[in-house]
Amino acid sequence: MSAEQTISAPKLIVRDLNFYYGADRALKDINLVVPEKMVTAFIGPSGCGKSTLLRTFNRMYQLYPKQRATGEILLDGENLLDKRQDLNNLRAKIGMVFQKPTPFPMSIHDNIAFGVKLYENLSKHDMDERVEWALKKAALWNEVKDKLKQSGTGLSGGQQQRLCIARAIAVKPQVLLLDEPTSALDPISTAHIEKLIDELKKEFTIVIVTHNMQQAARVSDFTAYMYLGDLIEFGDTSTVFTNPKRKETEDYITGRFG
Amino acid sequence: MPTFLREASLKRQTVLDLLFRNLTRLAAFMVLALLAAIIGSLIVGSLPAIREFGFGFLTSSEWNPVTDQYGALIPIVGTLITSGIALLIAIPVSFGIAIFLTELSPNWLRRPLGIAVELLAGIPSIIYGMWGLFIFAPLFADHVEPWLNDHIGPLPVLGPFFSGPPMGIGMLTAGIILAIMVIPFIASVMRDVFDVVPAMLKESAYGLGATTWEVMWNVVLPYTKIGVVGGIMLGLGRALGETMAVTFVIGNAHELHKSLLMPGNSISSALANEFTEAVGELYTSSLIELGLILFFITFVVLSLARFMLYKLAKGEGRGA
Repeated sequence: MSAEQTISAPKLIVRDLNFYYGADRALKDINLVVPEKMVTAFIGPSGCGKSTLLRTFNRMYQLYPKQRATGEILLDGENLLDKRQDLNNLRAKIGMVFQKPTPFPMSIHDNIAFGVKLYENLSKHDMDERVEWALKKAALWNEVKDKLKQSGTGLSGGQQQRLCIARAIAVKPQVLLLDEPTSALDPISTAHIEKLIDELKKEFTIVIVTHNMQQAARVSDFTAYMYLGDLIEFGDTSTVFTNPKRKETEDYITGRFG
Repeated sequence: MPTFLREASLKRQTVLDLLFRNLTRLAAFMVLALLAAIIGSLIVGSLPAIREFGFGFLTSSEWNPVTDQYGALIPIVGTLITSGIALLIAIPVSFGIAIFLTELSPNWLRRPLGIAVELLAGIPSIIYGMWGLFIFAPLFADHVEPWLNDHIGPLPVLGPFFSGPPMGIGMLTAGIILAIMVIPFIASVMRDVFDVVPAMLKESAYGLGATTWEVMWNVVLPYTKIGVVGGIMLGLGRALGETMAVTFVIGNAHELHKSLLMPGNSISSALANEFTEAVGELYTSSLIELGLILFFITFVVLSLARFMLYKLAKGEGRGA
């Protein structure tokens, strides 16, 4: 991946982003470009701010009083942090998957349809097609096609997480945020998800937070190393992992620290 | 330790364990025995009335101690209607309180509001009754009932239920007082169960762009439905059996009116009012049968709640 490509198709541009939990400054002047239809990974030790950074992209922090962000995050040139930005529209464009599978207490079909119904008024036929499309994209269709009416909570952990990915992409977002999506899964389910990420990046811009460096090396095109709220190093993954510019990055990646 | 000592100690433990197990069993069966004894004595006590009136007791609106004719229709209807009004008001209000307390309230307001709701639950029912009779009923008669008469009274279907002299006391007043009494119960149960919904589950729904209402209605409520139905049943149980407050404001008239503004009677207030003056076997026995009916209504309501939960679980497609 060359640097020119990064500049040629930036999907998200983060400018001078600061984030506060009350008086605590959790992100310090972050500047970053997330390239379109690639996988960008945020790595770093616990508490470095990687999840916080991810949660600014869909303004999830707004659910909680006393959390605020300053600076700019541009999605195709439009500032997401602008107060006038409609939250629901923003979240239709930017989907999110969490550390643990979070199927809603409803059927598999309804889990997928839930988000779609918020934005589109589809006929039953079109909705069924959309559900099938999303489940196929999430590589879950073959396992659940005969039990769409059953509860989503009855699936295995790995299946539940793919259901959550299907639910996120059913809305047809442009960006997919994955917050340690495999941290609660066994190695086989993890491999499933990683393979899926590779497929999904053909259509979606993916940002993944992971505490697993091997995972970042395996799935991402670009890697950002963060420490104590600072973005220490950002570059294409092979460079960051084989030839880091900063001593701190090298220490973390080689396991001398963190 | 020598073997025989260890055996002795083991044996002692076995005996103790056996004793303990039987004691817990005794305690558990005691509940069943008590239940059976109460039902039994209610049935025995109401036998004379059952023999005299049969099933007619349930459908007759006659209640005349002078001629010794008794029917339970009026108190049954009164109990069901006042409890129904109470739930109709209390469920949405409690849901609103619980949503506000768990999702929307600023942090500094959360605790004081929560405590206020719990304090409301601790007020003795006689205070609600007095407040209802001396303060609420006159205000209601002066300001609300005339409005109901003027605005809903002329409507075709609803009209007859809301017309009549504005007396302040009556079924509607009793229902509203009951609603105020059960709101803290339902609201605090709802708040407690909403509080245990994983933040990540709610964030998932918010992350799809759902509004607070959509998250609460489509995700939180189904997730907590067992607790919510439990809370509602707790409130309904209290409303059905509530005696003092209802006695104060329902009017205690053995009359059957279409209008909710008119006085009526409920099972528990009929019992409270008339037990002291009940002379003669049939009168007492009829009152006891009323008690049996209240018991039965509560039982049916609880069974219906169970059945509803079972249906809900099936509709959701569990048992994968």
